[in-house]
Amino acid sequence: MGGITIGYFLRRLAIFFLTIWIAATVIWLIPRLAPGDPITAMVGRMIQQGGSVENSAAIIEGWRERFGLNDPLPVQYVRYLGNIIRFDFGYSLAYFPTPVSQIVGQALPWTLGLLLLATSITFLLGNFLGALMAWRGTPRLAKLLIPVGMVFTSLPSILAAIFLLYIFAFLLDWFPLSGSYGRGMKPGLTLEFIGSVIHHGTLPALAIVIVSFGYWALGMRGMMITVEGEDYMHLARAKGLNPFYVLYRYMVRNAILPQITAFAITLGTLISGQVLVEYIFVYQGMGSVIFTAIRNQDFAVIQGTSFFLIVLTALAVLIIDLVYPLIDPRISHERS
Amino acid sequence: MNKHEQERNPVLKVRNLRVYYETPKGDVLAVDGIDFNLYEGETLGLVGESGCGKSTAAMGILQLVTPPGRIVDGEVMLEGENLLGLPDKELRAMRWVKLALIPQGAMNSLNPTMKVSDQIADVILAHEKKYDRKRLKPRILELLSLVGLPGRVYELYPHELSGGMKQRVCIAMAIALNPTVIVADESTSALDVVVQRVVAQTMLRVKEALGVSMIMIGHDMGLMAQMVDRIAVMYAGKIVEIAPVKDMFTDPKHPYSELLIDSVPSLKERKPLKITEGITHDPRNPPPGCIFQLRCPFVMDVCRRDAPPMQEVKPDQLVACHLYQVHEDGSYIDVRDVVGNP
Amino acid sequence: MTTTNTSPDKMVVLPTQAPKAKTMGRFNRWDTPWLNTKLITGISIITAILLLGIIGRLFWDTNLAFTATSPLNLPPPGFVNSRGQAGTWEHPLGTENSGRDMLALIIVGAPNSFLIGVIAAGVGMTVGIILGFSAGFIGGRVDDFIRIISDVTITIPTLMVLIVIQSVLKQIELSTMALLIALFAWPHPTRLIRAQVLSMRESGYVKMARLSGASTFSIMFREIMPNLIPYLFASFIGNATGAILAAVGLETLGLGPQRVPTLGGTIYFAIGSAALLRNMWWWWGFPTLLLALMFIGLLLTNLGFDEIANPRLRQSSQ
Repeated sequence: MGGITIGYFLRRLAIFFLTIWIAATVIWLIPRLAPGDPITAMVGRMIQQGGSVENSAAIIEGWRERFGLNDPLPVQYVRYLGNIIRFDFGYSLAYFPTPVSQIVGQALPWTLGLLLLATSITFLLGNFLGALMAWRGTPRLAKLLIPVGMVFTSLPSILAAIFLLYIFAFLLDWFPLSGSYGRGMKPGLTLEFIGSVIHHGTLPALAIVIVSFGYWALGMRGMMITVEGEDYMHLARAKGLNPFYVLYRYMVRNAILPQITAFAITLGTLISGQVLVEYIFVYQGMGSVIFTAIRNQDFAVIQGTSFFLIVLTALAVLIIDLVYPLIDPRISHERS
Repeated sequence: MNKHEQERNPVLKVRNLRVYYETPKGDVLAVDGIDFNLYEGETLGLVGESGCGKSTAAMGILQLVTPPGRIVDGEVMLEGENLLGLPDKELRAMRWVKLALIPQGAMNSLNPTMKVSDQIADVILAHEKKYDRKRLKPRILELLSLVGLPGRVYELYPHELSGGMKQRVCIAMAIALNPTVIVADESTSALDVVVQRVVAQTMLRVKEALGVSMIMIGHDMGLMAQMVDRIAVMYAGKIVEIAPVKDMFTDPKHPYSELLIDSVPSLKERKPLKITEGITHDPRNPPPGCIFQLRCPFVMDVCRRDAPPMQEVKPDQLVACHLYQVHEDGSYIDVRDVVGNP
Repeated sequence: MTTTNTSPDKMVVLPTQAPKAKTMGRFNRWDTPWLNTKLITGISIITAILLLGIIGRLFWDTNLAFTATSPLNLPPPGFVNSRGQAGTWEHPLGTENSGRDMLALIIVGAPNSFLIGVIAAGVGMTVGIILGFSAGFIGGRVDDFIRIISDVTITIPTLMVLIVIQSVLKQIELSTMALLIALFAWPHPTRLIRAQVLSMRESGYVKMARLSGASTFSIMFREIMPNLIPYLFASFIGNATGAILAAVGLETLGLGPQRVPTLGGTIYFAIGSAALLRNMWWWWGFPTLLLALMFIGLLLTNLGFDEIANPRLRQSSQ
């Protein structure tokens, strides 16, 4: 298989850090574009909304110290960058003195788990279905799945989530209405707990899968058609090789490459969609955290979670970018 | 050539092969009834202008015709078995073992995500059951050296090779299983002259070493002359003449062959460029009678009515033309000699 | 005695094997690319929804979209809510928690969503076209810069940044939200245009134009642009869809425009009042349904334009 040149690796890494830096800067700038002291403004808003905030003086002071709000702007900026490299976003305004990183840390595994599960099912199922379309022996029923899947693709995952919640959780009561695991259960590696997690995670995962797989299926089918017309397919047929081997090693192996590149581009949308799905299902991931924070006007948490999700996306793209040359031998030798 | 004297054994017999393409306005008669034999150890050249159907004929023989094309009729007897009737599994088993292809445009004929060695290996493994993998590498290296490629090519990917190298990889792949027949479909057409020469020499060398029978398809008459034993000339889906290469070049019988040979520029004399008069016909509606009638400088009334049969005018030289009348004793007359040359 | 071949003979039709009727049907006279099924269906759906919004205003009192204008929590006619109240034809789609009429909400909300999509996509495409052409045509450092920035922007999940922005602003107008979304809508068209320009730049007809001394500007607009029109249409629809998606996402989180009724905002209020649990399906159901229809229509239109732009996609495997 092809390898990665140092230049390629460094370039991708540079873009990763650039992305994170730009995101961090934008997030830092935004509250400062509004006039006045951002922290007091935030707290003021919270007071406006909720009545009164306990320890408002303590909060403001704690922040001031942490982030040196009394210092000139450039100094603040540098301190900020220094902090976020250590994932320090300060304290939650609503749950002071809980640090933001702790709140994020608790929610992260749930989001990651759901993400990995839903994304892998979507990608594998979608591309498998698309590849199947190239095989003449596919039953007609399976062939219908692509147009159906495509229609579902138009829906945002949040709408699918609402429908699924209503029909399967509320009306049919097959699945729970909210949460990531049963209320009152102790998290641990017990069968009961794992079962509950699966039970709670099915509908959210399904919401994401339903609205995404059609896109991959259609793309894969298109790529398989393109590949089928290539000259090397002609020669492969002339060689009298096993048809399944040809399907995999000559067709799928070549058709999937653009799909992987496309996947990296859709990651941002995918993660945004998942946040909304978690919100609908009150799933204990970042989605619920963000929503609660919005409700509470807890800007620190909003900042922290958003930044973290951006880092997550950029990291995933980086990983895909680095893995791709390993399977497409043509890329590793590119100079730029 | 001493092959004429040998008792010749046809390894491939093609009879009345018809391959048509469906179009919205009717079938295009790409290959419309061709007959020929390929004898053991010989190289038969199949030439003609673009669109005459020679590549389609190759696909028909190889059983690689894909829609909108279809094989309508005919027999392709390879060592006695008719390929057209074979069930899929047997056909696949026979592929490459008996009948191999050196494709046109090796640029894209190699799988971009597989190493050269793997692509040669997979055809060996597919057809030779339980092949000892340890013997794979030396065997492949030997094949590569036979076509003049250095051993390092083993580890390379197709995009790391030049056009000529890729074509030679295809040649190495084609001979890997020592097939009975190799079809080389315009294998040098996509290359520049220098590389062409290298590849052509490789093919000749391979042919000498293995004694394989080859069908070579092309349109470069000059190149053909150096590489083949016999030439078959195709026009609009039909073979108009088959002759040993020397006879074809010194004494072409069919008017179309004459025009083809004449069109090869000579290094020795300056000739004005000969332009063929007449128009080509619609491939969906060939005229009744001889298919060359619309462009033939010697067309007669009989040509417009009856299709000329293939006749053996001289030993081993077959022509389909009304100009020649063969008598029972084997002699023939050229109608032009009788009536007077125009 | 020579016969010449300068006079064409009459062709005689030989009986050939006629191709099967099924394949003949594929090549009929109505096979112009613009009469695409998907395109027509998609545009019909979108037009229907727009008409609902436009004509609806004439026949239905849009003031009912505001709070306290109607009785609370009424279901559509034929149904009974948890309190035992039956729906009436005065409010054919029911009402919600704060006394807003659902039909009015939809009539006002649906065009709003389209408006956001159009504004965001329009601005995004304009920026995208300019940047894409610059990157493709000028090349060099400009191209590198634009490419890196667009890669970065595409990677960043739009919703996250928008959430951060929206939570700082106290109030947001519809148009402001659209413009903010446009900030993230430009990378896709930029990449598309850039790729097309790069491939067309080396093509024969552009080189000819250059050789004959045409200016860069005129080459861009007279040679390259016309070939890009189908792609641009498809891209516009795709961008509008993405923009509406982002807008709906924000609205459902409660970060949308407060002063105008939006479909997403309605869903936000519904979720906030536990409409799902109270089985007030009409409250979240109709906006959801309408949004679904909207997205399906947009997708079909997008696919239709895609098929026009890329002939290889048309039924190639049927």
